[in-house]
Amino acid sequence: MTDPAASTASTNSASAQPETMAWDSRARRMVMLWIPLGCFLLILLFPFYWMTITAFKPNAELYDFRNHNPFWITSPTLDHIYLLLFQTSYPRWLWTTMIVAVSATVLSLFASTLAAYAIQRLRFKGSEYVGLAIYLAYLVPPSILFIPLATMVFQLGLFDTPFALILTYPTFLIPFCTWLLIGYFKSIPYELEECALIDGATRLQILRRITLPLAVPGLISAGIFSFTLSWNEFIYALAFIQSSENKTVPVAILTELVTGDVYQWGALMAGSLLGSLPVAIFYSFFVDYYVSSLTGAVKE
Amino acid sequence: MSAVTAAEWIKAKRDPSWIVKLFDWKPFLVIVCLLPAVGLLMTFLTYPLGLGIFLAFTDTTIGRRGVWVGLENFEYLLSDPIWWNAVFFSVFYTGIATVGKFGLGLWLALLLNQHMPFKSIIRAIILLPWIVPTVLSAIAFWWIYDPQFSIISYIFVDALGWRETNFDFISTEWPARFSLIVANIWRGIPFVAISLLAGLQTISPSLYEAALLDGSTSWQRFRYITFPMLLPILAIVMTFSIIFTFTDFQLVYAITRGGPVNSTHLLATLAFQRGIPGGQLGEGAAIAVSMIPFLVAATLFSYFALARRKWQQGESND
Repeated sequence: MTDPAASTASTNSASAQPETMAWDSRARRMVMLWIPLGCFLLILLFPFYWMTITAFKPNAELYDFRNHNPFWITSPTLDHIYLLLFQTSYPRWLWTTMIVAVSATVLSLFASTLAAYAIQRLRFKGSEYVGLAIYLAYLVPPSILFIPLATMVFQLGLFDTPFALILTYPTFLIPFCTWLLIGYFKSIPYELEECALIDGATRLQILRRITLPLAVPGLISAGIFSFTLSWNEFIYALAFIQSSENKTVPVAILTELVTGDVYQWGALMAGSLLGSLPVAIFYSFFVDYYVSSLTGAVKE
Repeated sequence: MSAVTAAEWIKAKRDPSWIVKLFDWKPFLVIVCLLPAVGLLMTFLTYPLGLGIFLAFTDTTIGRRGVWVGLENFEYLLSDPIWWNAVFFSVFYTGIATVGKFGLGLWLALLLNQHMPFKSIIRAIILLPWIVPTVLSAIAFWWIYDPQFSIISYIFVDALGWRETNFDFISTEWPARFSLIVANIWRGIPFVAISLLAGLQTISPSLYEAALLDGSTSWQRFRYITFPMLLPILAIVMTFSIIFTFTDFQLVYAITRGGPVNSTHLLATLAFQRGIPGGQLGEGAAIAVSMIPFLVAATLFSYFALARRKWQQGESND
């Protein structure tokens, strides 16, 4: 189509110029944008595809690449998931993880809302330094703390109980949530609180009736973030929990399902898939909050 | 509804009990509000940090209170080739993975910053590797790196016929190290890309228009507008990324557990192995404490090297 047009137009250079440029920019966009983006998506998503397909493959197909195309399933099976749900304590692990993640999130949200309100709104002397100290706490990685924490947890008698995790997870959740909420409280006009003060409301009434309802998006972001982080936590759960039934999903899959020399790849992948689903579903409902909290926290 | 709140409000005004008054007294309220957060952080973060440094100077084992041994743990570590190897691999892993993550992440962010359909869906999908528990995606990588049934080996040996033998991903020293770095980069790209994308979106388009009028090339626009404007956010994201890559634990523990022959131990996995299953709490704490100088150095370097430009330009804090 464009060929005769281009050849006839070639005599007239003025009309040929936009024609070639239009084609050029489309091809260029293909090479510069869509092909690299496609490669990124392919590589970023392939492990999940592979995880999913392995979880539903019967063992005969799983270990025989010559007769079955490994990228597809000819006879999908629920065997691995059945094995996981009824022959291991997987439901129990899911339940423990859920309880730990929810409790740690609630505890951190409570503590960090109050702290953020005090730092941002009550404005006492040295409030910036308290804010900075809480921010610095986020830079202390769990890998440095787990050994002394393990001895503490043992002395407090919390070893091998979910409380060990519920009480230690806030150490990395509170700094993050506090900073996120400070940013949110900053965006709420102070005049609203002044009006309420003049009307005779107490500080706590202001927090409960005015600031908190306006900060709901911030609370949701902080909540989602905390939930995902606690669901993903590994090193504390590995160090503080010993008995099989109290383990969280990530730890349990790695320590309980990996047995002996022959790995049950089907069951392992099914376990990973099921363990990822709650966070993925949770995330898909609140993508925008999640992205905004991630970027908001970085911008602070 | 408004009637109810009004009634309560009048009541509080008429009868301010001493509790209400106390909670309205600012110093008391500040303390009450800060108490849960500061209390939790002091008990489970500051105190363990001090305790960890103390333990590093004792010979505590599980079930036995240690005695002060001075620098003995550190002297032992300095003569321990496994520790030196872990130091080497931690630095190597952090260096290569950071370069990879930021190179690819910046590229992805620049791609996502263009106009395209389905932008928000693509952005949501891209974050997936970062949402999913690291250990679970690490197990998927472990399966991808399987010596016998690796899908990558299948593509290269059976489908394409480019190789005769399967790849050997995690059973020898150097391939294992690079396999772990690839998995770490895979997991880190989304975070870097989305954070840098946020930075890109704050750059005013008028700067690019002005540069276009001045006849700049696209490389010049990247070099003299995008990159300098992105530096402050880059410094923060890089500081975080370096700290969490250097102290990484999950990927290595899930895929190789430090093997083959201790060649892929990071300091964190070595500290765990010696401290918790090995029972040598003092030595494990010493290994963990030996990470601190590296972290402080990396933080100072990435923060000052990258953020310096901001003060030079005389920008006030934003």
